[in-house]
Amino acid sequence: MATQILPVTTPPRGGAARPSRNRGDGRAAAIYLLPAAVLLLAVLAYPIYQLVLISFYDYGQAQAAGRAPLEFVGFGNYTKLLGEAQFWTVLAKTVGFAAVCVIGSLVVGTTLAVLASRVRAVPRMLLFIAALGAWATPALAGSYIWLFLFDTDFGLVNEVLSGLGFESMARHSWTFDTYSAFGLVAAEVIWCSFPFVMITMYAGIKAIPEEVLEAATLDGASWTRIATSVMLPILRPVLMIATIQSIIWDFKVFTQIYVMTNGGGLAGRNLVLNVYAYQEAFAGADYGLGAAIGVVMTLLLLSITTLYVRSQKREAGLI
Amino acid sequence: MTATATAPPVADTPARAPKRRRPRRTGRLVAEIITVVVAGIVAFPLYWMVLSALKPAGEIQSANPRPWTFSPSFDSFERVLTSAGLGRYFVNSVIVAVVVVALSMLLSFLAAVALTRFRFKGRTVLLVMLLVAQMVPIEALTIPLFFLMRSVGDVAPAFGLNELGSLVLVHLAFTLPFAIWMLRGFVAAVPAELEEAATVDGASRFRFTWQILFPLVAPGLVATSVLSFIHAWNDFLFAKTFIISDTSNQTLPLGILVFFKPEENDWGAIMAGSTLMTIPVLVFFLLVQRKLVSGMAGAVKG
Repeated sequence: MATQILPVTTPPRGGAARPSRNRGDGRAAAIYLLPAAVLLLAVLAYPIYQLVLISFYDYGQAQAAGRAPLEFVGFGNYTKLLGEAQFWTVLAKTVGFAAVCVIGSLVVGTTLAVLASRVRAVPRMLLFIAALGAWATPALAGSYIWLFLFDTDFGLVNEVLSGLGFESMARHSWTFDTYSAFGLVAAEVIWCSFPFVMITMYAGIKAIPEEVLEAATLDGASWTRIATSVMLPILRPVLMIATIQSIIWDFKVFTQIYVMTNGGGLAGRNLVLNVYAYQEAFAGADYGLGAAIGVVMTLLLLSITTLYVRSQKREAGLI
Repeated sequence: MTATATAPPVADTPARAPKRRRPRRTGRLVAEIITVVVAGIVAFPLYWMVLSALKPAGEIQSANPRPWTFSPSFDSFERVLTSAGLGRYFVNSVIVAVVVVALSMLLSFLAAVALTRFRFKGRTVLLVMLLVAQMVPIEALTIPLFFLMRSVGDVAPAFGLNELGSLVLVHLAFTLPFAIWMLRGFVAAVPAELEEAATVDGASRFRFTWQILFPLVAPGLVATSVLSFIHAWNDFLFAKTFIISDTSNQTLPLGILVFFKPEENDWGAIMAGSTLMTIPVLVFFLLVQRKLVSGMAGAVKG
């Protein structure tokens, strides 16, 4: 079927619900789709168009207030942006940061899903409740908790480390150095995003029919062989949902970076594209440049996800 | 043939079982201990948040933090609720999240039914567009949305800048594509025969949608509502950008920000505020926990 695009729609075994071919389907569909469509067009599609448009103008405070005429600058904002060394640094940091978060949550989530599938109900329930707790924690609250744990003066981590004999950690600042600040934010992001991966992967593992694994065991396959040749191919579509979602989420982390590094760190050392665009637009009052960063980011995210979906579509049986 | 083939393993079992079972059992015990320890580590930040919120002012500012407290106090909670008026922000956050969840369940359900059950031109195109919509970084749209809401305010004041309505619109638009995608799997899993039977019995399409499909898709609706709820409840960026002059319409995340000043953080207040912010989501999660996990499984299995 041409409509199978995401693994979410892997056809269920047995009679799949085929859309009924009735007269008047088109009209009914229009009525059912209308509310969502109006909203998505007005608050999603139109702003995307506006974003591209604004990125072609010199749009500052005066223009936003209507005190000065708009000046069309074509690709001016883009050439200015791409000519700046800071843009390339921020881009590299964004990609690196997102990659660490994606890989981190996938590895932690998958490992714990496998672990959860092999233990009895009580320990598994404890792990699930803890994971749901981390998942439920709002990004802002999570940022504050981790900042407090790693606080220079009153943080538990410094206290424990210096108690263990690492005297130099007594008043260590975790947010001062670029890498340790990014690392701290990444740890928080992984903490609150691995549960999604874990629960999806756990659901995927549970969906593997018992007989398949038994048959493989009877055939004398080793555990690693079962994992790579039996489980992995079955789990690939699920793994793909988890990966795509993680890429989409981690690439656009805003709150954690903004709060934990206080707006992007000293001298903007901890900026990612999102925060960079926000600062240029709202703090620097250069909406044109901010919009250009937004467009670049959107294109980047679209191409990464599209490439990934394409590279995997054959194995996952998509499109 | 079959009988002889299956016979040996059965006969073997008593002889082999004791040898095999012991390492497996200790292996599982080790796995269980690791699981419990990991659960403790994952939950620890939350424990620390609640504990710190309950510590009296002097104790939280101690350079030697203890993992327990002898004198829990509600001072920090009182401070944030009275001096910063977090109660009001809390109510604002609840209003936005509840309206977003209710509307997003309704709209995504209708759209998912149309996209899975009806055959019409342009269906595939719509599906691809929904997929693409999920990848658009909403944060990048802050700029045009700010201008959009400013002009919407001239026409429909309830949805303009400084109004909770603007937040509802934005979160609704951003949760819909994912919610529709997720629900599609659930709607598609309802057998076609059921629909045929209903039609034979004379049920209209409308009745079939509400009386048969809706209750059957409930676990999926719960799973999607959780994701919409988190999205709306978590929002920091749009509240920060849209609610600028009328602070009484601010939401919880912005309210807590008041206590966060570099060098002189009131950690007790911040932790109390964070606790207040986390509890509703936690309660919601635990209430729907079973449905959420089975909902994810449903989305995975299609």
